[in-house]
Amino acid sequence: MHLFWMLPTNKRRAGLMTFGIIISLVGPARAFTAYVSNEKSNTVSVVDTEKMETIKTIKVGQRPRGIELTKDDKYCLVAVGDDDTIQVIDTKRGEVIANLPSGPDPELFILSPNGSLLYVANENDNTVTIIDMEKRVRLGEVQVGVEPEGMGISPDGKILVNTSETTNMAHFIDTDTRKIVANVLVDSRPRFAAFKSDGAELWVSSEVGGTVSIIDPINRQVVKKINFGIPGLRSEAIQPVGINITKDGKTGFVALGPANRVAVIDAVTHEVKKYLLVGQRVWHMSFTPDEKYLLTTNGLSNDVSVIDVASLKVIKSIQVGELPWGVTVTKQ
Amino acid sequence: MNTAVTEGHSVISMGHTNGGFSLRQYAICLRGIIWRESLRFIHQRERFISALVRPLVWLLIFAAGFRQVLGVSIIPPYQTYILYAEYITPGLIAMIQLFNGMQSSLSMVYDREMGNMRTLLVSPFPRWYLLCSKLVAGTAVSILQVYAFLLVARFWDVGPTPIGYLLALPALVLSGLMLGALGMLISSVVKQLENFAGVMNFVIFPMFFASSALYPLWQVRESSPFLYYVCQANPFTHAVELIRFALYAQVNWISLAVLCGFTVLFVLGAIFAYDPARGLLARRGEAGGGG
Repeated sequence: MHLFWMLPTNKRRAGLMTFGIIISLVGPARAFTAYVSNEKSNTVSVVDTEKMETIKTIKVGQRPRGIELTKDDKYCLVAVGDDDTIQVIDTKRGEVIANLPSGPDPELFILSPNGSLLYVANENDNTVTIIDMEKRVRLGEVQVGVEPEGMGISPDGKILVNTSETTNMAHFIDTDTRKIVANVLVDSRPRFAAFKSDGAELWVSSEVGGTVSIIDPINRQVVKKINFGIPGLRSEAIQPVGINITKDGKTGFVALGPANRVAVIDAVTHEVKKYLLVGQRVWHMSFTPDEKYLLTTNGLSNDVSVIDVASLKVIKSIQVGELPWGVTVTKQ
Repeated sequence: MNTAVTEGHSVISMGHTNGGFSLRQYAICLRGIIWRESLRFIHQRERFISALVRPLVWLLIFAAGFRQVLGVSIIPPYQTYILYAEYITPGLIAMIQLFNGMQSSLSMVYDREMGNMRTLLVSPFPRWYLLCSKLVAGTAVSILQVYAFLLVARFWDVGPTPIGYLLALPALVLSGLMLGALGMLISSVVKQLENFAGVMNFVIFPMFFASSALYPLWQVRESSPFLYYVCQANPFTHAVELIRFALYAQVNWISLAVLCGFTVLFVLGAIFAYDPARGLLARRGEAGGGG
């Protein structure tokens, strides 16, 4: 620093300008708002992704887990399992304004691509409940395997995939007929299902099996399994849960639970490229809409880690409530 | 001998008047000393390799064994959880500079024993200037070693953001000067080359281990509050922390102040110790003497 002050003024100025250009090239990130469900403190933390800090905490029902914003960002839906409902948070007012008839013990849910329907996994009831979002009424339900959890929907909205933790299957449900059209057996305790944005692949994570199964959605067969190995960690500590794939379909991220790592996967070759250290028991994740950052919920360390997607580096961990479980980010 | 000195003096005295030297002459002197240090460094290939291998052994073997140790708490300047290798990198950088500082002071003892120092000390330039030039030369060499280490560490995906490499430079200059001056001060009290191994053990090991280089100080505090205060008083801790913060584009003001203070203290101490009239050398009656 003192060397800097020894430079003549014009050089100093040039130096500062260069520095300024570097800073402006890096550029401030667009501000989005992330909503994080805290399973133990029964709250939703509101995080500013630019300031990278919690700006508000919203009180919700008991045991909030699955969380998602409506397509217009007006409402944030959060499944409060112990209250047997999905609460609707008005994002402007920052408070709960309604409850959805989700059926008992809702855990994860997913909106249809047009946002009109909500599909809810009822963990203790072995069903998937379908809700009309406009009228906020229950349309029906589909019987699935034991302990349904993961929910994925094809980009065209025609196929809904539900994973059942105990039956160890991915159930393919036709959304028109609301009937199961296929079951694909995967490894033990499937937790999460995610389609690539072009619908060409379906990824299902198996928590106990420690793998991610890549399923061909047309032939409905497992075409590949991704295994994980982290030097110095017991294989039982590696429990894949959350999956997020970039829109271009080139990079996948898998949260590895108590391994405290997020695996970065080349989504074309399905090879693990890197493991990123985040907080403890990393569970679910969400991209900012520009895919600049990926946010992860770290249950046991009570924080959200921010991954810079371009450089594949963890840049910050933000304190939230107790036992953060799910996260969703606004589109605007 | 006498004639040679007188001649040497008269050659230089042509270029200066009223007992002062021009800036250009100072620059020539500095360049000469830096050049000699660099040559010495480059020609001792083993020294360069060992300077590189030592921190790499720590980084690639020691840190591998302790990989899972950290990651339970976030301490400044870090914003998130880090692997152990990332934590000890600033400590290893400071270790390179510590070894280098001691090594150049070792070379001064060697010079004194071999009589080379006589050549340097009969120079008409002020003693403090010669010492400072040697210090600058040693620091430059240590920074070279640090960047070589960081370059190799990059291949194992360890290192700061690109801008961090640049921002670390001022911190490296200051810590290099501080540790070099310490080495110089120590070299003035070491009589013989053989004694130096003992000094290395009494200086390098305690300084390195009683610092934040290998473990965060809050962990030290948990096991021994006394040791924590010892670590806090250790200038090496502050060299490590200044470098650590600089790598992440932050300034640790306390460490900066401590480092500045110790640098001034050690430099003045070394100048005093090497002063033929008052210093410790004179007391033993062996100024510049070896042979």
